[in-house]
Amino acid sequence: MSPSRAATSKLPDAAPVFAALGDTLRLGLLGRLSAHGPLSIRRLSEGTGVTRQAITRHLEALGRVGLVRDARRGRERVFALDAKRLEIARQYLDRVAAQWDAAAARLQAFVEEDANR
Amino acid sequence: MTIQTKQTQDMPSTDRIEKRFEVRAPRARVWRAIANANEFGAWFGMQLEGAFAAGKTVRGRLTIPNYDHLTLELQIERIDAEHFFSYRWHPYAIDPKLDYSSEPTTLVEFRLEEIDGGKGTAVTIVESGFDRIPLARRAEAFRMNDAGWASQAKKLAQYVA
Repeated sequence: MSPSRAATSKLPDAAPVFAALGDTLRLGLLGRLSAHGPLSIRRLSEGTGVTRQAITRHLEALGRVGLVRDARRGRERVFALDAKRLEIARQYLDRVAAQWDAAAARLQAFVEEDANR
Repeated sequence: MTIQTKQTQDMPSTDRIEKRFEVRAPRARVWRAIANANEFGAWFGMQLEGAFAAGKTVRGRLTIPNYDHLTLELQIERIDAEHFFSYRWHPYAIDPKLDYSSEPTTLVEFRLEEIDGGKGTAVTIVESGFDRIPLARRAEAFRMNDAGWASQAKKLAQYVA
């Protein structure tokens, strides 16, 4: 169905941005940015066992899909979360979770009524 | 009923939902309600067009008022009698004008364990793979009429109780 493809591409956020999250190291970087706020590449590479160059590449991949933003702080490059996208992702998950809560309640009612008859 | 939502990562996961709850019915009974397409449809709110079998795609029309114009497809993955049932689908595919078929799917898994010496069953439902769903799709979910699901679920729970 081509009309739907066209409709999709018109949406402002149509890129499959969250493919960039399919990596434990990147998730870890986002976790640290989420817990500690904006951090330098030096701080973000500490304890990862990965070179700063590699960390930079991962951060840039996250930046390309809009999950993080970078800025200069003196001589350092500092990365921070772009909270809006993550917020959409979380709210979406909350919504799907609420549907599963409702479905779970229906499943429970369904089997218990039968079992206790 | 207590439904626990599990959070396993340091950062709240945007990829996965896990629900665990207990029901007062033997595992064989709960298994039938999940693995038998008619019974699954009865509590889920869907009229399925065929039986579940591993590797098969089963279409179903939602029977929930306001959503009964929608058709979903369940791609059945694994059936392990009385223990495990899984399928893939397009989550929140609630705009009939859109073709979701080329988009990534999420994986839904049901796990059953006997509790209380077989009188009860612990049910775990996991849906994962949301991070591969385009963000635009996820943002769309907020534009949809959302009065439907919650209120219908309440009505159904009252109806079957």
